[in-house]
Amino acid sequence: MRIAGAGWLTLLYKELLRFWKVAFQTILAPVMTALLYLLIFSHVMESRVSVFGGAVRYTAFLVPGLVMMSILQNAFANSSSSMIQSKITGNLIFMLLPPLSPADFFAAYVLGAMVRGLVVGFGVFLVTLFFVPELAAMPHPFWALAFALLGSAILGTLGLIGGIWADKFDQLAAFQNFLITPLTFLSGVFYSIHSLPPFWQALSHANPFFYMIDGFRYGFFGLSDVPPMLSLGIVASCSLLLSILALTILRSGWKLRF
Amino acid sequence: MVPAVEVSNVTRRFGRVQALAGIDLAVAEGEFFGLLGPNGAGKTTLISILAGLTRADTGSARIRGHDVINDYRNARRILGVVPQELVFDPFFSVRETLEIQSGYFGIRNNDAWIDELLHHLDLTGKANANMRSLSGGMKRRVLVGQALVHKPPVIVLDEPTAGVDVELRQSLWAFIRKLNRDGHTIILTTHYLEEAEALCGRIAMLKAGKVVALDTTKNLLSRISGFTVRLVAERIPADWQPRVLHRDAQVFILGLDRYAELEVLLAALRVEGIAIAELALEETDLEQVFLRIMSAPAAPTGLSS
Repeated sequence: MRIAGAGWLTLLYKELLRFWKVAFQTILAPVMTALLYLLIFSHVMESRVSVFGGAVRYTAFLVPGLVMMSILQNAFANSSSSMIQSKITGNLIFMLLPPLSPADFFAAYVLGAMVRGLVVGFGVFLVTLFFVPELAAMPHPFWALAFALLGSAILGTLGLIGGIWADKFDQLAAFQNFLITPLTFLSGVFYSIHSLPPFWQALSHANPFFYMIDGFRYGFFGLSDVPPMLSLGIVASCSLLLSILALTILRSGWKLRF
Repeated sequence: MVPAVEVSNVTRRFGRVQALAGIDLAVAEGEFFGLLGPNGAGKTTLISILAGLTRADTGSARIRGHDVINDYRNARRILGVVPQELVFDPFFSVRETLEIQSGYFGIRNNDAWIDELLHHLDLTGKANANMRSLSGGMKRRVLVGQALVHKPPVIVLDEPTAGVDVELRQSLWAFIRKLNRDGHTIILTTHYLEEAEALCGRIAMLKAGKVVALDTTKNLLSRISGFTVRLVAERIPADWQPRVLHRDAQVFILGLDRYAELEVLLAALRVEGIAIAELALEETDLEQVFLRIMSAPAAPTGLSS
């Protein structure tokens, strides 16, 4: 086994090894779930829904949404479950005793979550290519990559904050089920918000997750509900604000160092 | 010379409990130092403050002159802590656990030292076993290994032998003694007073968040001149009540200064017609010192030296 020179790299390595050792649960299962969504939704909706004025067939429209949703959910799951497990089992002490700084913690947990999210997202993309091979010809791959990186960073940071805040698995599940999942599902994973009534359309614009998915989709089709530059600005600002919040929490020692 | 560990006027309150009420301590390089006290005396809180796991309300703590808050990177690099709780990461094997712990300290290619640790802790055969499959005693030894991966010059052990069988305890102490001989400073908390007596050169006794005794083990032992009497009887004469160090139903432990006092005690028992069920004389040991100090009133009694 190779161990990196700097402490935070080992913490990152530990974060990666942790999910890699249970890859069936952490990588293959979410890919399978996304595939099921694709099969069911495309079967039911393909002939009934028109998106981007008919420029894109529904199944193709759905895939980037599913890829992004998988990235977001798995990034959140990784940092939040790792942190709360270490807190509840008490082995967090092994990370609190060494000379690791708040920035070390932040970098390792968030990067670990990003890798998990991106690996699952890439897996979903590869599998769904069988059904929508035309997606391989992405007009703006770097836009898609930018949103994938920022989206996974945001959810990894939210997971870290949630994992530090929660004292019990129950509280973390509430954080996930009542905040993260609704925001993800209502962000336009399964539909274009232009199909919504005006009130819900306006509300969707207040959901930062909408910009992640809309911007990500722009990378695949060159089409989006709002200009991609606007989405990038909003998503990058969210990422910055949450990173500052997470670093402030880590620096204060809140819930970690009493 | 800079002390290995220096604690100045440290206080810490948890809600309404004053866990530490102004602790001053200095432990010199190379010492084998004991931290004794009943449950709730503040031993673990003090250790947590040294390790940066808990923050003091007031006062400061330094490891070899490095403040545990302002200069935490250097302080933690030279400190190894064996925590009291039996914790582990179920995802990893023993070797992975030790390699990852080395990595947190920025140490790579630590295999030679890890092999040596595994050998001394009698874990070589379990190196590739998952942490979950280990017995409690083995997990405890892995905790000791984790505390030592970065060869810290200052080692703190918070009740390391709780739940460890006798044979293992002996080999663990032999290893810790060797580390001390090699120049490591050791700070130990334990409930086994005979262990502290055998190992520690100097001892601090804590009670209700205060240091109530701080002296060399030798001086502490000589502080109780004389011996103790273990007496089993229904009661003891009222005059002798102040001499009772410890009472458990009909078992009385009394402190006597001179053998001549034994005759006075026996005479008093005879006068009051108290039958002696059992009587034994015991040499002074740390347990008696401990009992005397802990049963003394909380107010300063001149015991701190």
